[in-house]
Amino acid sequence: MIKFYSGNIACAEGAIAAGCRFFAGYPITPSTEIAEHMALRLPQVGGIFIQMEDELASMAAILGASWGGMKAMTATSGPGLSLMQENIGLGAMTETPCVVVDVQRAGPSTGMPTLIGQADVMQARWGSHGDYEIIALSPSSPQECFDLTIKSFNLAEEYRVPVILLMDESVSHMSEKVIIPPKEKIKIVERKKPKVKPSEYLPFKADDYVPPMACAGEGYAVHVTGLTHDEKGYPQATSPEVQEKLVRRLCDKIRKNERKLRDIEEFEMEDAKLAIVSFGTTARSCKAAVKRARKRGYKVGLIRLRTIWPFADEYFEKIANEIKQFVVVEVNYGQIKLEVERCVGKKVHLLPKMGGEIHKPEEIYKKIKEVYNGN
Amino acid sequence: MNIKDLPEESLFTPGHTACAGCPAPAIVRNMMKIFGKDTIVYTPANCLLVFSGTYPYLAWRVPYLHEAFENTAACISGVARAYRKKGKKTLVVGIAGDGGTYDIGIQALSGAAERNEDVIYVCYDNEAYMNTGIQRSGATPYGAATTTTPAGRKIAGKLEHKKDMAEIMRAHEVPYVATLSISHPKDFLEKVEKAKETEGFRYLHVLSPCPTGWRFDPAKSIEIARKAVDSGMWTLYEAEYGEITNIYKPKKKIPVEEYIKGQGRFRHFTPEMIAELQKWVDRKWKRLYGELPES
Repeated sequence: MIKFYSGNIACAEGAIAAGCRFFAGYPITPSTEIAEHMALRLPQVGGIFIQMEDELASMAAILGASWGGMKAMTATSGPGLSLMQENIGLGAMTETPCVVVDVQRAGPSTGMPTLIGQADVMQARWGSHGDYEIIALSPSSPQECFDLTIKSFNLAEEYRVPVILLMDESVSHMSEKVIIPPKEKIKIVERKKPKVKPSEYLPFKADDYVPPMACAGEGYAVHVTGLTHDEKGYPQATSPEVQEKLVRRLCDKIRKNERKLRDIEEFEMEDAKLAIVSFGTTARSCKAAVKRARKRGYKVGLIRLRTIWPFADEYFEKIANEIKQFVVVEVNYGQIKLEVERCVGKKVHLLPKMGGEIHKPEEIYKKIKEVYNGN
Repeated sequence: MNIKDLPEESLFTPGHTACAGCPAPAIVRNMMKIFGKDTIVYTPANCLLVFSGTYPYLAWRVPYLHEAFENTAACISGVARAYRKKGKKTLVVGIAGDGGTYDIGIQALSGAAERNEDVIYVCYDNEAYMNTGIQRSGATPYGAATTTTPAGRKIAGKLEHKKDMAEIMRAHEVPYVATLSISHPKDFLEKVEKAKETEGFRYLHVLSPCPTGWRFDPAKSIEIARKAVDSGMWTLYEAEYGEITNIYKPKKKIPVEEYIKGQGRFRHFTPEMIAELQKWVDRKWKRLYGELPES
């Protein structure tokens, strides 16, 4: 089926295709259309839409719904993501599968509510207190808003972790062709259920980092807490040993699976000496600039990050020697640039924007020329 | 104060970008005439901020703060405490919409009321999140269609009734709570004046019919506000320390059917839905006025 969707509508449709039947949200520009579309669509497919009293409540409600056995999502923008942080940490600690869509606008604070920003990258990673890891994906087109929303649900279920879909205002409001595959062609992942007898079930015992998840009412003991807890789920808030084991596992289940979670589009990278690194809407301008530079003989390529977190450390370490220069293009003041620099171990060039607009291809082309020719 | 005695000078100026027929500019313009120059105004995210608080369309001739959506009552608490510490009597006024009051702001509001902060909190209530494009709020009446409670085949509009925010504030037993309507200007001005003269926490709640969100003829904002009062959908009263001291009773109670006529948000109403809304109004009427009038 071919549709003409905006990024926001494609995201909402992707969620429904992924099996999301619970949405709790709060109006905020530029993400509101996701909530509006869910309000319209969820009753048609037997789902639940709730408009909550604020973003704290929205995030808390999807955690509750997930523990009630549903696939759940919320959508917001920067100020709302800030308010959600405590509950995102609760979701990480209690290993609750859920999806948080952040349609980024320019900040900080109220910033530019109707215009693009890409500066929530670091907040998505560690916005809540304590050590934890989440997964964050970033789409560049309405098609990817659809596809990556499905992927977000699948990863949330597989890894039992809140997944943050880092959209941006431009991709959320642009309308393009979106191909919706037939239902049977869409891969859907469900959370792992316990296979042992209820008497043997330990709700937070993991053989491969991710424990099977039972919901209350399925015959298994369920004890969920934000306190440091042992494999039974019981609070152990004074045991450094339990804390050590738990937090290590929460981080390692993502860190050790980085290679599996890696999702990078390489464009013209075969013989590239200079690599542009970008994500989201900005990467589209980068692609145009790379095409232009190639026509004029520059050996330039584009590395587009579809998975932002966990960061592709190993990938960048590997290519650090082959690629002479890196230029990171992002609508913030160098959040991904620092990550690339950390991995490649040399100075990385930055073409930032503080928000409100994306880069023009000619600006990027100019920067390519400058860096390439060593000016 | 009489309407003819209001000062000429307006501290809320023309040149803003409110929709045609929006009562909010009239509400704040007249409030500011009474509050006077020694006032500091705070607004969170709402239409008022967007149409009067963004350069170059600034309409405020007093110091003006804009901060986050949920923090109105907490932020003005800080402002007022700072001024009082310096020995200044400056009037500190927070003006939030219904979303910023009923929903995301209620925690800060309740806290400030309980601490009896020396501020005036104004809720201008247009019964939905109009600034983001008409989503339901805790203030949206039963059955109304919004973009998050569409009038669909499975669910027709909002399922829940309007939360009685003024009564929640009255239960805080603060020095002054009043409900106002632009259709009753003399009553409106007297209440604003009374709020100015009172010390401690003051809560003013104004109904602000929204032609864009409620979908009615922009020439009819005042008429619809009056019908809200006459039907009992909106009740005008004053309360001091939790006791109602003055209540306006319409001479003739009109059925809600007359109130909802001409408002697009109620267009899908069935007789059953009208009856449900009428039942709610009648319950409220009995609670506040005693027995229902004989029909």
